[in-house]
Amino acid sequence: MDGLAHQLIAGIATGGIYASVALALVVIYQATHHLNFAQGAMATFSTYIAYTLIQAGVPYWVSFFATIAVSFIIGVLIERILLRPMHHAPVLTHVGIFIGLLLAISDLCGWLFDYTVKSFPTPFDSGGPMLGGLISGHELGSTAVTLAVLLLVYLFFRHTSLGLAMRAAAYNPVSSRLVGIRVGWMLALGWGLAAAIGAVAGMMVAPVVFLEPNMMLGILLYAFAGALLGGIDNPGGAVLGGFAVGVIENLGGAYLVGTELKLTLALVIIIGVLLVKPNGLFGRVVVSRV
Amino acid sequence: MSASKGVPVTETAAAERVAGWSWTPFLILVLVLLALAPAFLVEGYRLFQLTLAVIYALAILGLNIVTGYNGQISLGHGAFYAVGAYTAAIMMAHFELPYWTTLPVAAVVCAALGYGIGFPALRLGSLYLALTTFSLAVAVPQILKYKAFEDWTGGVQGLFIFKPDPPFALPLTNDQWMYIFTVLVAAALFILSWNLLRSRIGRAMLAIRDQPVAAEAMGMNLAQLKTRTFAVSAMITGIAGALSAIAVEFVSPDSFAVTLSITLFVGMVVGGVASILGTVFGGLFVVFVPNLAENISKAAPGVIYGIILIAFLFLLPTGFAGFLRRLVLPLLRRRRSTQAMSIKGR
Repeated sequence: MDGLAHQLIAGIATGGIYASVALALVVIYQATHHLNFAQGAMATFSTYIAYTLIQAGVPYWVSFFATIAVSFIIGVLIERILLRPMHHAPVLTHVGIFIGLLLAISDLCGWLFDYTVKSFPTPFDSGGPMLGGLISGHELGSTAVTLAVLLLVYLFFRHTSLGLAMRAAAYNPVSSRLVGIRVGWMLALGWGLAAAIGAVAGMMVAPVVFLEPNMMLGILLYAFAGALLGGIDNPGGAVLGGFAVGVIENLGGAYLVGTELKLTLALVIIIGVLLVKPNGLFGRVVVSRV
Repeated sequence: MSASKGVPVTETAAAERVAGWSWTPFLILVLVLLALAPAFLVEGYRLFQLTLAVIYALAILGLNIVTGYNGQISLGHGAFYAVGAYTAAIMMAHFELPYWTTLPVAAVVCAALGYGIGFPALRLGSLYLALTTFSLAVAVPQILKYKAFEDWTGGVQGLFIFKPDPPFALPLTNDQWMYIFTVLVAAALFILSWNLLRSRIGRAMLAIRDQPVAAEAMGMNLAQLKTRTFAVSAMITGIAGALSAIAVEFVSPDSFAVTLSITLFVGMVVGGVASILGTVFGGLFVVFVPNLAENISKAAPGVIYGIILIAFLFLLPTGFAGFLRRLVLPLLRRRRSTQAMSIKGR
């Protein structure tokens, strides 16, 4: 029973990471209807920035917030430079750009910071297990940080006028432009926001999986599965989906398939969702009018 | 190119028939002979690289059929390549079957797998296929390493096989025969694909890519046709994978990482989306450009690939083939119009 409880809590801790990346994916998907395959690579790059800062002697939390700011700017720049000119291009072009970014960024990490696996520091007390041995300090801390990020994003979208403008731009770009919202910039802000959320996820997961250029590839897969499970056009659903996938992954890894087939489990979840409930648990059923 | 029932015969097609002489078979023969020539002109590692280029061209052809012609984006064709390669390697290493028997088996296995993967994803929008295939490509090395299959797949170590000897005691080296065999298989599949894409089914594929709503209104079963197209495309890439296992004489999980799928995708875009000729450029590009790039840095190929991919999408979205077409087509058109005029004048 103790083992089960431990697996559940560990699942929620990793689920928080998947939930953040899934949220980053959904923020971009809602606004542009594109899935950012480079989300993981971007987050890895951000984590390398944090690593470099920490190695240079900058305190952890200063590096943390500096990394978020830099990632935000990188996200905005990517949207402005690469995606804005291609706004009306076919889907294949967008997927191509994402794949190009994925390749370029992840190998750039290898080029600049070499391919050796690095250990990344955690700011939380990693001394003894807490809550009666159920959870480690880092798991507790990273879950708290993830939840804080999710809460902030929720408050931002619900209770600020900028958040409202971004939601409006994603929901109905034409009308939003007519009421004076700068839709193009809202998309760029969405990209910046997604990059920043991804950066937090990267920094939180790096102490667990260790830092290397392909660190986020598996996590991206789980985030896809989570976003799909929760409903790819529903941020709240994607977050819940992310947590659910984290729990499923841990329980499945412990009791069903073992750790060697964890990625395959993500694939199975994706195919299962597509077969049974393609719109996800909380997604809207899309009906298109001809 | 015969005009099928109900389609009005266009003037130029009629003019060609009046001429009574089709250059097409002749042209294909010349092309195949030209493609075979390097077997006797280059040797050693260069010939091996050319063999690989032909194999990649075939794999990219498979990808191009579903992504270029049918508009369904696959980011996981490396998985089918891997399954084809492993099918061949297992048959040759465990059952000691002759190399040529592995191709049809790889074709059937990959077509079935493609159907199974395509079925859930293709009923929905095209992004779902991209997502599913991407996940498949990421998961494949892990599945190949899995302990339960280790007796068959050789686990992390992979499997070793041997390059076949030329048949009928032909005076050829193994490398030469491998190249010739590859070119012949590829040529057959290229011609078959060419015909498929110009048939009723091929036109339906294009219609689904360009006007899905109209295609459905005309009575096409979108999901079914897309899934079958995906199966055909997986089959061709699987055959290429089987050829690659025979040519490389070795399979291992790490040679089929997600990078392979992305490489095929890059080759397709650079060669030319929805172009059969483009796949040949794509194959050559995929084999020879990383070698050049690696001289700069070990990590450079990925960065340069990424930049080249994005640059092509911005500057030359139709790839090499589209570029050539833009150069050559105006000349051809001028010739054709003068021909048509001379026939009318007769």
